Amino acid sequence: MTRYLIKKMVSLAAVLFLVSLTVFSVLFVLPGDPAQIILGINASPETLAALRARLGLDQPFWAQYNSWIGSLLQGTGGHSITYDMAVFELIGSRLAVTGPLAIMAMALAVVLALPLGIFAARHQNRPADAAVMAGTQLGLAVPEFWLGILLMLLFSVHWGIFSAGGFPGWDEDVWGSLKALFLPALALGLIRTAILTRLTRSSMLEVLREDYVRTARAKGLRERTVVYGHALKNALIPVLTILGLQMGQLLAGAIIIENVFSLPGLGRLVFQAIGQRDLPVVREVVLFMAAAVVVVNFLVDLSYAAVDPRIRLDGQ
Amino acid sequence: MRRYFKNLNFSIGVVLSTVVLAMALVSLFWTPYGPNTMDAHHRMEAPSMVHPLGTDQYGRDLLSRVMVGALNSIIVGLITVAIGMGAGVILGLISVWGGRLTDEAIMRFSDLLFGFPAVLSAILITAVLGPSAVNAMLAIGIFYIPVFARLTRASALTVKGLDYIAAARAAGQAEVTIIRRHVLPNILSPLIIQATIQFAVAILAEASLSYLGLGAQPPHPSWGRMLNEAQTFMALTPWMAVFPGMAIAWTVLGFNLLGDGLRDILDPRLR
Repeated sequence: MTRYLIKKMVSLAAVLFLVSLTVFSVLFVLPGDPAQIILGINASPETLAALRARLGLDQPFWAQYNSWIGSLLQGTGGHSITYDMAVFELIGSRLAVTGPLAIMAMALAVVLALPLGIFAARHQNRPADAAVMAGTQLGLAVPEFWLGILLMLLFSVHWGIFSAGGFPGWDEDVWGSLKALFLPALALGLIRTAILTRLTRSSMLEVLREDYVRTARAKGLRERTVVYGHALKNALIPVLTILGLQMGQLLAGAIIIENVFSLPGLGRLVFQAIGQRDLPVVREVVLFMAAAVVVVNFLVDLSYAAVDPRIRLDGQ
Repeated sequence: MRRYFKNLNFSIGVVLSTVVLAMALVSLFWTPYGPNTMDAHHRMEAPSMVHPLGTDQYGRDLLSRVMVGALNSIIVGLITVAIGMGAGVILGLISVWGGRLTDEAIMRFSDLLFGFPAVLSAILITAVLGPSAVNAMLAIGIFYIPVFARLTRASALTVKGLDYIAAARAAGQAEVTIIRRHVLPNILSPLIIQATIQFAVAILAEASLSYLGLGAQPPHPSWGRMLNEAQTFMALTPWMAVFPGMAIAWTVLGFNLLGDGLRDILDPRLR
């Protein structure tokens, strides 16, 4: 187990190093001078040069990269040009929106997808199964931002149950904040429900054909016990993998839905920061998102062993 | 052919995607109104006999814009898949035939691309290159490269070990000829299936980028952009927010079903 953890940590560090280098390189060639954007088009060349020097933009590539990585390792990180605050602090405040949004969306997807997938598998090739599968095909085809707009149209514009965007903040109004996240989470969650339902169904079908399931049935166990006590645990492994991948993708995929609902989350932050050429914010948020994807996948790997005791992470 | 049309997914997929293709082709030489023609007297009109899908805030006919949007989406699908498949197949083959180090380098590179959240990277790429339809296609196409590279590698590895390849080699054929004449035709099925699915994904991705203002630029009609404009007037003109989205869902559903159907028919093991 320890060897496995060390190996994983090393590969995690390698991936993050590569991601940091890639992001830094991409932003290095990004057109648009941040100094010019901050000072406006009327700034004199001297003032521009002074600001560039202060931001370290006049340094060569490796010097800039090293100083960035150094600041990350020291735990200080960069400083946002537009918000005039530490990027770490900014990420923390925005994560308070994106984090709960992603968790709500995923929870919704799991709560809907597992029973639907199991139901479809148990009624394979019957009209109920066909109906569930048709629903999931539709779910895969609908763009989440359009679903968001439609939900807003129905629940906000037509019925007035939810607000049509914006976020009051957890300190101001907890219930209002939860309500503000509900529609975007529903839009993100329903699309994931389609993916997870299909996966749960096919995974369950495979497991239900196994010998041990036949044995369990032959022993006279109730169908409920066979499905939930024996089959489900084994069927969950591929579902967990995709769940992990989806969770990571959700953090980044929230960019669009946060724009639809004007939510001050991480996605909207990075999208606006690219437009404003706030490079320290873009760099660190992208790195954070990539790290989130990798770490979540790592946690999923660890959870395999919990779900299926036959899986030993150190390969022994 | 009868075998193909016995498959329900394939049949529905063909019907749905043919409608979109037909709409796109017709829009090349005919639309009910000019897609960018403004009409101040008929702004924000609800669907009627004159304007079947209504008009937008500038009085432009939505049906005409949805039709031209279909052409836009088909072009995006074709070009992104061409970029991804073209480069991906070559990289996948190099990975198999280029030795262990090359293989390792290409696969780790594709891991890196996979690790990046796709939407975020597409936004970064379009930020570097500037927002335009061409750059959006490039950004999406780049992310298809590892998808096709991995698929080609996996399929080619299986084929490479088969007896007829050994026979071709024993007969003195050059490796390039073996790849061209024996390997490529035998890995085509999974590639076609994947291409159909990626086609649908590209349409979704382009719509998302256009929604964010990073794809086709106004006044050129693109479904994502139309939805973005519609959101502002949602309370007054809900139809503006409904039809372009329906067009996206219709097209994606069509190509997804086509891909699923082809998979069932061409490669039943993957079902």
